[in-house]
Amino acid sequence: MQIKKSAMILGSIFALASFSTQAATEITFWHSMEGPLGERVNEIVDNFNQKQSDYKIKPTYKGAYGESMNAGIAAFRAGQAPDIIQVFEVGTATMMFSKGAIKPIQEMSEEVGNPIDPKKFVPGIAGYYSEPNGKLASMPFNSSTPVFYYNKDMFEKAGLDPNTPPKTYAQINEAAKKLKEAGIECGYTTSWPSWVLVENFAALHNFPYASKNNGFDGLDARIQLTQDGFVKHFNYLNQMAKDGTFTYGGRGDAANALFSSGKCAMFTGSSGSRASFTKNAQFKFGISTLPYYEDVPGAPQNSVIGGASLWVFNNKSPEVNKGITEFFQYIASPEVAAKWHQDTGYVPVVKEAYELTKASGFYDKNPGTDVPFIQLNVETTDESRGVRLGFLPQIRDIQDAEMENIFAQKVSVEEGLENMQKRANELLQRFENSNK
Amino acid sequence: MEKRVVFNHKLLPYLLLAPQLLITVIFFFLPAGQAIWQSFFIESAFGGDQQFVGLDNYTALFNNSYYFDSFKVTFAFSIAVAVTGLSVSLLLAVMADRVIKGAMLYKTMLIWPYAVAPAVVGVLWAFLFSPAVGTLAVYLTQMGLDWNPRLDSTDAMALVVMAAVWKQISYNFLFFLAGLQSIPRSLIEAAAIDGASPARRFWTIVFPLLSPTTFFLLVINMVYAFFETFAIIDTTTQGGPGSSTNILVYNVYKTAFKSFDYGSSGAQSVILMFIVILLTIIQFRYVDRKVQY
Repeated sequence: MQIKKSAMILGSIFALASFSTQAATEITFWHSMEGPLGERVNEIVDNFNQKQSDYKIKPTYKGAYGESMNAGIAAFRAGQAPDIIQVFEVGTATMMFSKGAIKPIQEMSEEVGNPIDPKKFVPGIAGYYSEPNGKLASMPFNSSTPVFYYNKDMFEKAGLDPNTPPKTYAQINEAAKKLKEAGIECGYTTSWPSWVLVENFAALHNFPYASKNNGFDGLDARIQLTQDGFVKHFNYLNQMAKDGTFTYGGRGDAANALFSSGKCAMFTGSSGSRASFTKNAQFKFGISTLPYYEDVPGAPQNSVIGGASLWVFNNKSPEVNKGITEFFQYIASPEVAAKWHQDTGYVPVVKEAYELTKASGFYDKNPGTDVPFIQLNVETTDESRGVRLGFLPQIRDIQDAEMENIFAQKVSVEEGLENMQKRANELLQRFENSNK
Repeated sequence: MEKRVVFNHKLLPYLLLAPQLLITVIFFFLPAGQAIWQSFFIESAFGGDQQFVGLDNYTALFNNSYYFDSFKVTFAFSIAVAVTGLSVSLLLAVMADRVIKGAMLYKTMLIWPYAVAPAVVGVLWAFLFSPAVGTLAVYLTQMGLDWNPRLDSTDAMALVVMAAVWKQISYNFLFFLAGLQSIPRSLIEAAAIDGASPARRFWTIVFPLLSPTTFFLLVINMVYAFFETFAIIDTTTQGGPGSSTNILVYNVYKTAFKSFDYGSSGAQSVILMFIVILLTIIQFRYVDRKVQY
């Protein structure tokens, strides 16, 4: 630790020294990586600054994703935009449709003669951040995807095999019943309900979430949540809720505490939560793939990503764009991407980073850490590429609210889904009007 | 001989008022004006293409039944916060007023919560009452109460009201205590000699004499509940379950800072502003007349 720290200090001294000898171009980089993740970002930046002397990246922690994006918008409106900003996946549509505010990164890299090759990224991730013409709009950086976690100690207690995790919803239901008999009150819960139970559910079962290929093909996309697939899914979950085998754990990552404190035996949540569970959980746990319904043909498809990507603001000098491109090439190099993946639990966004990690024996030593890559490394379909809709944070909020009404038995499943659809589509109409 | 002091300087009064006026203009009139301006437009997040839409942002809100739910929730929440907050702090102030030993200690302790930021208050209460893991939630469950603010709207409302009241009690307490201490002892003593019970003395002497304070605090608490509680909501329930704690000001915040829909958010703030202006007028016109100064 001590050595690492002094190495970092030394690194910054070198960076400073190189700055003083030659006027390096400064590039501002706003991010939302706090705690240990922020330290990793600083490490990557320091290494890059040390490696060359033409550019100097200046990372700044700007608060959580939402705050940072607000800060970016305010700064842009005031003509003080940073060069690079990290934006969460739900902000992708807002960024992409803000013509004139952002510079698509592939176009930028081609202009400065150092093109970024979209083919080196995992297809599911590159597709999510690509424009309709197939070119990358933003730089994939920290992607996560939901996975299934289970408490091995509780499985043993209930007489279940801790090495064969349930694969389908039916198997989860069975396991939850056995766990309940063994005195475990909470069988299954999930964090990020709208991301896991709606968006990922749709992708995994190849159900269209919205028209216009989930919004990828245009602003006039509308949500379609009243299809049979969704009705069946929520009826199943609601029955589990009534039987006491599924517990609604709250919005956002509120349910993480239910799993890490040993209250709930099975849990779906971000692959990025693994590190904190390893640190905080007082029990053995396993990681497996997301549950699905076996009677749906083609399931399981792929899961969809969360996390964030890096965006570049428009109208920067060619020198700055050159520096940004070089920095992006650096973070997409297999060694750097592999280390970032292994240190953080985020998905390897570069294919070679996965190969490199695999060859190093990391996945054998840390079983389950390759689940996210396996879930994402599937040829995506138009339905499973993810969703690109404006006002997505508010749409998710509406879905959470209606799910709460369903699980509190205030409205029927059909009514709840209809409300989700109606309210979201009103917003999408507004988004279409405001981005004409 | 003229006894009054007269300032002949024409400019001086304006100069003396200027700093206060400047602050009001910069921090109130300009933002309020901007909200009104914004409410007639729709635009993309980065402000690229602003379009004038007239009153569309307002009609969209009034065509949305969820917005009306938010009204009901806001009124229920504000009344609950004001009534509970005032009653509890009045009780505490009356108690503290009687204490002789360690009075300073009680008073200091009661004032502390006011120094805590609303977001922190929210986190604190959310943690204590988080189902299955929160210290107090576990205790409630052991007592046989089915506590689940994540799905039960009454529990959720109780939670945010408690958090909001707890934060405001200190402020109310201070004013009530000052009010109590300004009531002449002789009045209460005279009533006591006449044989009035402590309860009767409170309701016929103390409470009416406190009415200016109570009235002032009522206005302040309503405004507090309307405007300053969004951080508490954000860190505890995020407006849920369903939309049962989605108060107007929280909806303004969500619309602007989560969805970057500045037009709708502007319209919502204008509506909110008018409600509070209206409430204050009502309070001053009708309640004020019943107050004995």
